[in-house]
Amino acid sequence: MIRVALPQHLRTLAQVDGEVQLQVDGPVTQRSVLDALEARYPVLRGTIRDHVTQQRRPFLRFFACEQDLSHEPPDALLPEAVAMGNEPFLVVGAIAGG
Amino acid sequence: MSGVRVLVGTRKGAFVLTSDGKRQRWDVSGPHFAGWEIYHLKGSPVDPNRLYASQTSGWFGQVIQRSNDGGKTWDAPGGGVTISPGGMPAGESNKFVYDTSPGTGKPLTTHQWYDGTQHPWEFKRVWHLEPSLTDPDTVYAGVEDAALFRTTDGGRTWQELAGLRGHGSGPRWQPGAGGMCLHTILLDPSHPERIFIAVSAAGAFRTDDAGKTWRPINRGLHSEYIPDPNAEVGHCVHRIAMHRSRPSVLFMQKHWDVVRSDDAGESWQEVSGNLPTDFGFPIDVHAHEPETIYVVPIKSDSEHYPPEGKLRVYRSRTGGHEWEALTKGLPQSDCYVNVLRDAMAVDSLDSCGVYFGTTGGQVYASADSGDTWAPIVRDLPAVLSVEVQTVP
Repeated sequence: MIRVALPQHLRTLAQVDGEVQLQVDGPVTQRSVLDALEARYPVLRGTIRDHVTQQRRPFLRFFACEQDLSHEPPDALLPEAVAMGNEPFLVVGAIAGG
Repeated sequence: MSGVRVLVGTRKGAFVLTSDGKRQRWDVSGPHFAGWEIYHLKGSPVDPNRLYASQTSGWFGQVIQRSNDGGKTWDAPGGGVTISPGGMPAGESNKFVYDTSPGTGKPLTTHQWYDGTQHPWEFKRVWHLEPSLTDPDTVYAGVEDAALFRTTDGGRTWQELAGLRGHGSGPRWQPGAGGMCLHTILLDPSHPERIFIAVSAAGAFRTDDAGKTWRPINRGLHSEYIPDPNAEVGHCVHRIAMHRSRPSVLFMQKHWDVVRSDDAGESWQEVSGNLPTDFGFPIDVHAHEPETIYVVPIKSDSEHYPPEGKLRVYRSRTGGHEWEALTKGLPQSDCYVNVLRDAMAVDSLDSCGVYFGTTGGQVYASADSGDTWAPIVRDLPAVLSVEVQTVP
């Protein structure tokens, strides 16, 4: 199972506690993980990726295994540790204050 | 005895304030959707326990929330796991996608950007939700960038009424300081197919065929810095109000001046009279006196706080021109808050209640048509919107 860690506001919106565990068939990529996430929790549609363009929202970042994957192509394979369920795929709200 | 339910949207959540008909003791519920901007909440006139809320965030975008129990519990309609005939999840209650041309698949038009170039429409948030006067599942949504959407399935899906953007003047619309938002939606109770809307900074528009076609209704509006005194669009309308018994009489707080129309927007006349400034955001009409109107004068163009540090509601009992300052119970020194365009409402109890919220987090109430005021709460996040329901 793929582990996904959501920011607090999205956990509240999806009414989940802690990490989400998802079954992903086929290659484990940003796109396949987010597709599976949105299929399970439709309320998250549009909150991570734009409804139409499917691009990452500007103030969100994707991390895994201490790597910033935000600018990786959506169909690039995620680290094997994520695909194996050993590490979570992190959706992080950018710190946009100042 | 009837009571009231005040729905307050703030920068960091929603609050529901309830009281009996005396409106002296209040119960405060919230924050709902803590940490999110709640631009607007409003209840259905035909089912007061059916509420809709616009929940939005710079990080996570737009969510529409719905309550069927007067705000005790909420859910995002369509947000649960529902399956379409094709086998895919069907929930998409937060999806607002601009209509496109059937021929090209491209957006219907572009609008004017700050530098004078043309810019594509980009959805940002829902500013205002206006439930239908007859059907609790039908709601209109005014959005930024300015467009009008409608749901007929209780908020699960939303479709643009694209005739507004498509009527021809779209390329001349431009954003105001707060963005290019459609902030006002007035449904005419005597003409079911007539809707008035207002856009900053394009102006007011009216449809007489339920949203298929629209035309600007800005004749008589005079805006400094617009060279053409008869400009069809480009006016910075802040808010329009009507009394449901006389829907052809409209009152407008504009960036410059308070104006009225006695012919459903065909023409406007200035009624600012003795107001201390020509600027402000909200305007509303007494529930039982169609010629009694309320505004909150604010100092402009850049200060955006009450003149002299005195928070004063101004009331006209003559439909404009002659105004009296209402100060009893409001701070009369060192007050530098703003009152935003959707942050005033009136209830329909026998002694009309008037409510407004400030960017300083106070919500003030008057149970006697504005003669005296008292804060319901003092320390909420900045208030974006105030609505009130009269409930059994």
